[in-house]
Amino acid sequence: MTTPAEAEEAVGSELGAEDKPWQTVVWNDPVNLMSYVTYVFQKLFGYGRDQATKLMLDVHHKGKAIVSSGTKDKVEGDVAKLHAAGLWATMEQPA
Amino acid sequence: MKTWRRKGARVLGGFEQQEAAVLRGLVRQLDDMLRARSDEAPQDELAELTGIRTGPSESPNDPVLSRLLPDFHKLDPDNPSKEDLDSAAALRSLHEPTVLDAKVGVAAVVLQTLRPEGGDVKLTFEQADAWLSALNDVRLALGTALDVTDDMPDDLPEDDPRAPHLGVYHWLTWVQESLVQALTD
Repeated sequence: MTTPAEAEEAVGSELGAEDKPWQTVVWNDPVNLMSYVTYVFQKLFGYGRDQATKLMLDVHHKGKAIVSSGTKDKVEGDVAKLHAAGLWATMEQPA
Repeated sequence: MKTWRRKGARVLGGFEQQEAAVLRGLVRQLDDMLRARSDEAPQDELAELTGIRTGPSESPNDPVLSRLLPDFHKLDPDNPSKEDLDSAAALRSLHEPTVLDAKVGVAAVVLQTLRPEGGDVKLTFEQADAWLSALNDVRLALGTALDVTDDMPDDLPEDDPRAPHLGVYHWLTWVQESLVQALTD
C-alpha cells in the first residue's frame, strides 16, 4: 500500500528523466506548400515571418529542421498540433 | 473559382457548382476515412472510467491514412529500435484521437460553409484557418494516392489514368495557395 510520502518520492525520481530536452523535427514532403508551412510555423509557435520562412527553407533545402524543443510533454503536444495541420513531424532527443 | 480576398474581418471566395461538387465530394470521402479510423480505436473499461480516449497503437496500413497520421518518431524502416517502436506506439495511442478530431472538425467547417450548388463563400479568420487545414488534408490524400513527387509535371499523358485527378490536385493547390495569400498579405 502506498502512503502519500512514498508517492511523492516516486514522482520526484522520475523528474530527472523527464527533464532531458526533446526536439520537434519537421521533414520535407512533396505536397505541402512553402507558404502554408511558413504560415503554420507562425501560427503554432509564434515565430515572426522571417524566422518562420527561414525554418521552412531549411526543411525545403536540407530536408528537415528543428522547430521547437523542451520537455517531452511540450514537444509531444507540438508534434500532435503539426500532425493536425498536416505537416510531417517527429520528436527525438539529441544524441 | 473566385480568388480568395480579405475584406475587413472576413475572407471572401466563390465556387462554381462543379467545383463545389468536386471539393465537397473529396472532403466527404476524407471524412468517411477519418471516421472509420476513429471507429478502430480500442474500447476498454479503463478508458470509460477515466474518460481518457486512446487510439490504435499501430500505424494505419492505408498509405493515405498513414500520411495523415504519421508516427511520432522517425523509425528506421530496416531496423527500428524496440524503444522507438514502443514509444511511437504509446504516443500514437495517446494523441491520435485528438489529431483525428481536429481533421474531422475542419472538414465539417468546409461542408458547412460551401453550399452544394456553389456560390459565394464568406469566412471568419477561424473558418479560413479550418479551410486551409482541410484543403491541406485533401491535397495530402490525393497527392499520396497519385504518388506526387517534388518534380511532378503539370500534365500527364492523356492515357495515364492519373491524368484527370492530377488536374484536380493542381486546382486544389491553387485554391489553398490563394487562401494562404489572402490571409497573409
